[in-house]
Amino acid sequence: MTVFAFYLFAALMIASGAFTIFARNPVHSVLWLILAFFNAAGLMIIVGAEFLAMLLVVVYVGAVAVLFLFVVMMLNIDFAEMRAGIMKNAPLGVAIAVILLAELVLGIGAYRAGALDLGTPDGSAAPLVGESNIESIGALLYSKYLFLFETAGIILLVAMIGAIVLTHRGTSNPRGQQDIAKQNARRPEDATRNVRPEIGQGVEL
Amino acid sequence: MIGIEHYVVVSSIMFVLGVLGIFLNRKNIIVILMAIELILLAVNLNLVAFSAYLNDLTGQIFAMFVLTVAAAEAAIGLAILVTYFRNRGTIAVDDVNRMKG
Repeated sequence: MTVFAFYLFAALMIASGAFTIFARNPVHSVLWLILAFFNAAGLMIIVGAEFLAMLLVVVYVGAVAVLFLFVVMMLNIDFAEMRAGIMKNAPLGVAIAVILLAELVLGIGAYRAGALDLGTPDGSAAPLVGESNIESIGALLYSKYLFLFETAGIILLVAMIGAIVLTHRGTSNPRGQQDIAKQNARRPEDATRNVRPEIGQGVEL
Repeated sequence: MIGIEHYVVVSSIMFVLGVLGIFLNRKNIIVILMAIELILLAVNLNLVAFSAYLNDLTGQIFAMFVLTVAAAEAAIGLAILVTYFRNRGTIAVDDVNRMKG
């Protein structure tokens, strides 16, 4: 059963990764990317990393992919023209990809032939016995890796402020804007006048 | 039986797909950003697989930090993209020569 789940998730993930980079329409690319993230979450659940799998779904599918979708749909871009040079780059790209994959496979082969002795974990970060994945991660994250965790928070804050500063447009037209100083400076004698009209005459505005 | 090698091979393939995506879609910066996300996903998968293999949670925690940085990078990258499109009306990578780099 686990074997079947692994091959299902792995095959689907690689297929949707390939469709992400080969799709003609960037909207389809984003949707394939979402499928790839879902299958990666499945692969992580198989090895018992539930928290990270759920985080992947929430952060990537819920935030990053929707951000991509917004940008792709908001910008009015001629994508057909952008694909013009794709075949020109294809041989070089495929060659580099094949070389890279060969190197990685070579690395795995070398590891299997005679493993390097890189040491073993000292057990200080081992999962707590009898606790769930998320509790073990929480216990480690809020003790040993507390400062890294806070640094991650700072990074997110800086990214948020940066994105807002980059895309914020200063208001060039003050229509609809409240000017508090002008409101406070307004006096009744400037704004109103007393009239005593004759009956049946009405007032002139 | 599924071992660590299976996971390493799958994440290697994902990594190479990401690199290939950068080369193939050299003009479309949105797809380039998505390919970078694929590469980071492959790295995360590798970290999680080794974390389970070694029975050590450090890998999962670092995968979380990679996730954080990836989210920040996507937000900033897309913000720069939107600003650039507003100013120039195009996002073709070949036309990006304003800073004469």
